[in-house]
Amino acid sequence: MQIIFFILAGVALVSGGLVVFQRHPLRSALWLIVNFFAVAGIYLLAHAEFIAAIQVIVYAGAIMVLFLFVIMLLNLREPEAEARFMHLGQKVGGIILAGFTVLLLIYGVLQVVLPPGKAAPPGLGNTESIARLLFTDYLLPFEVTSVLLLVAIVGAVVLAKSKLK
Amino acid sequence: MVVPVSYYLALSIALFALGVIGVLIRRNVLVILMCIEMMLNAVNLAFIGFADYFKAVDGQMFVFFVMTVAAAEVAVGLALIVAIFRNRATVYVDELNILKW
Amino acid sequence: MMDYVWLIPLFPFVGFLINGLVGKSLPKNVVGTIGSVAVGLSFLVTVCIFFQFLKLPPGARAVEKVVFTWIASGTFQAQAAFLIDPLSLIMLLIVSGVSTLIHIYSVSYMHEEEGFYRFFTYLNLFVCMMLILVSANNFLLMFVGWEGVGLCSYLLIGYYYEKQSASDAGKKAFVVNRIGDFGFLLGIFLIFWTFGSINFREVFALAAKYPVGAGIITAITLCLFLGATGKSAQLPLYTWLPDAMEGPTPVSALIHAATMVTAGVYMVARCSALYSLAPISLTVVATVGALTAIFAATIGMAQFDIKRVLAYSTVSQLGYMFLACGVGAYVSGIFHLMTHAFFKALLFLGSGSVMHGLSGELDMRKMGDLKKHMPITYWTFLLATLAIAGIFPFAGFFSKDEILLHSLVDGKAIYWGIATAAAFITAFYMFRAVFMTFHGESRVDHHVAHHIHESPPLMTVPLMILAGLSVVGGFVGIPLIEGANVFRDFLAPAITPVAFRAAAHPTATFELGMMLFSMTVAGLGIYTAYKMYILFPDLPTQITEKFRTIYDLVYHKYYVDEVYDTVVVEPIKEGSNLLWTVVDAKGVDGVVNGSAGIIAYLSAHLRKLETGFVQNYAFAILLGVVVITGYLIGR
Repeated sequence: MQIIFFILAGVALVSGGLVVFQRHPLRSALWLIVNFFAVAGIYLLAHAEFIAAIQVIVYAGAIMVLFLFVIMLLNLREPEAEARFMHLGQKVGGIILAGFTVLLLIYGVLQVVLPPGKAAPPGLGNTESIARLLFTDYLLPFEVTSVLLLVAIVGAVVLAKSKLK
Repeated sequence: MVVPVSYYLALSIALFALGVIGVLIRRNVLVILMCIEMMLNAVNLAFIGFADYFKAVDGQMFVFFVMTVAAAEVAVGLALIVAIFRNRATVYVDELNILKW
Repeated sequence: MMDYVWLIPLFPFVGFLINGLVGKSLPKNVVGTIGSVAVGLSFLVTVCIFFQFLKLPPGARAVEKVVFTWIASGTFQAQAAFLIDPLSLIMLLIVSGVSTLIHIYSVSYMHEEEGFYRFFTYLNLFVCMMLILVSANNFLLMFVGWEGVGLCSYLLIGYYYEKQSASDAGKKAFVVNRIGDFGFLLGIFLIFWTFGSINFREVFALAAKYPVGAGIITAITLCLFLGATGKSAQLPLYTWLPDAMEGPTPVSALIHAATMVTAGVYMVARCSALYSLAPISLTVVATVGALTAIFAATIGMAQFDIKRVLAYSTVSQLGYMFLACGVGAYVSGIFHLMTHAFFKALLFLGSGSVMHGLSGELDMRKMGDLKKHMPITYWTFLLATLAIAGIFPFAGFFSKDEILLHSLVDGKAIYWGIATAAAFITAFYMFRAVFMTFHGESRVDHHVAHHIHESPPLMTVPLMILAGLSVVGGFVGIPLIEGANVFRDFLAPAITPVAFRAAAHPTATFELGMMLFSMTVAGLGIYTAYKMYILFPDLPTQITEKFRTIYDLVYHKYYVDEVYDTVVVEPIKEGSNLLWTVVDAKGVDGVVNGSAGIIAYLSAHLRKLETGFVQNYAFAILLGVVVITGYLIGR
């Protein structure tokens, strides 16, 4: 299992790096899909079958398709002529700060000593257990997300309309 | 063979850092938005790792909600980008600095 | 009845509120009635209290009535309380009585004026404040009344505020009074600092333990006296009073002759316990009084504006009162205050009646021979003039004679000399006024001459009442006969006599001689006036020509106003200009503008942080996250 994890993790990191450093946004988007698939695989390893499924469906499917649509729609200038990155100060500063963030997080994680985990009981994270929780303890947040999505839809429609009447 | 939770966290941290770098150094606002998605994913991964470790489904619940929010955010964000592009004909954030002073 | 002493100032206050708030929409008669009735009720209450008070044994004649505690802070206690003792009762009677008459007079006199309700509003407020002033049981409440009457005086002098000279005179009165008030306030501070109390009776009881001539007592009394010189128009702060004649005539009668200006005398008499311990202060009071008496009297000789003559005569008579207080004869001072209130109010009201008949004419050179046109005014005016000149048996004779006597036996010969000279001059210029106004040939303008008429009864009745008082008012203080000086015996418990020198007991013959002498002096003054203005009307002009320089000096009031202008007003103006253009415009503004400039300069550089690049902001956010998380983790 750990071997599968390492393979998937390697794919995720490489594709993630390519997302950041690819010149054309279209390629970044495609590499991001790869990244999402790899992460979905890791979810499966962690006994989160339902989440893995919607990761593929919602993220790699719906959201990324939306991205691709917008990229096509905007019909960008020839990206080869444009600089990918910000000016030097921002670039170096951003990378250094990101490095600090990593160090800080690692240091923080190392503060906590956790005993090794146990084997998972059967049925953990499958659709049934999630559904049970979703419609009992998390019913209200669940309903609120539906409102959130509605608002987002309305907002997106209003913003993307060519002209307001 | 169980994957230790620290592995999940390490991967999560690495992906998050990649996202941060992307957000901070890329000029293209679309890529920045993608990097934000990647950071969200990194956080989701940490949730899933802990959910697996503690054998509790609540962590997955949070991932579910984060995804919902992410979907909404992308929808609105992309709509904004389209609107800005219509007005300013650019997707490069260093050309969008009328907030200056 | 004494429990209702608070009603006395309350009635005028209610009148003030009614007239002030809704007076504009009320008919004039109602406004006048409200004003007069409010003051009249105060007078009635005062009279009731007076008669009840008389029943008390002389030893117990000081009653304090606390209405409420006004200010309490630490050991500092100021009560809204009234002190009823002979002194305050006398003052209450004078103030409310004379005010009532003048209110009634004003109803008719002011009838044609704009802002009739405004006049009565101010007048009622004035009476309220004056009553508080004289009935307060502590210095602070007295100061409230003191300032209140000052305010009303200012408002009423500037009653014709469209007139530049009137509003200027109002301002002058206010500013000059402020100088005196400053002294008075310092005196109050010193009193609290020294005695830890501002209650009259407590302070006076504590003061009795101090030796005669104690420095602090001298300082306190001198400060208080500075206040008195301002309010009572003594040298060197008298200049506002003649200008105060810009106000309507009833105001001059009430405020600037009969009541408010006597506040200083009242205050000195009230603080007799303090003054009697301070020989230096007494000398100052007597000297200032004597000098003011002669100084103002000489100016009065050369004035042609009838109200100004009366104004200078007021200043001069106030000088007499202070002279009396200064030689320790407080009772005589208060006695003269009372008789003066009667005849001076009458003189002013009479001059108002003359003005009324002559369509507002004030210049005595344009009067003459009004006797037959205005008989009541003439006769009442004449009685008052006889009273002020000090002719037996009119009121002024008794009080003035007492003062002259005491200035000689208790004071110094020089005081007596000055006072006698001033008495001569007073008799001269007052009769000069009478002769120029009512006798001789008519010099009235033709178009005015047809309209000369006697004033309506509403005006003449108060004149007659006051004339009656001017005639008989002196008989409460008959000298020589044992026990006949009721006034002195009544007032004595409220006064602390001078203890550091033995009381003089002049013989009856000596007193009688003094009286005859002062009568002769007054008679000489009258005769001189008669000779100059009736027998030989050309004589004044000749004399004027002969002594041109001196006459000019006197006619221009010794140029005191001009000197004050040059020495005080102009330097202050210059200094203020300097402060404004240099210190304020450059210094203060410079600091303010400079600090603003520094901020602007710094922000001009600081704003470069705001690049407008969204990633700079993201960077800053992440930096903040890192720092805070770092702190939380590494703690």
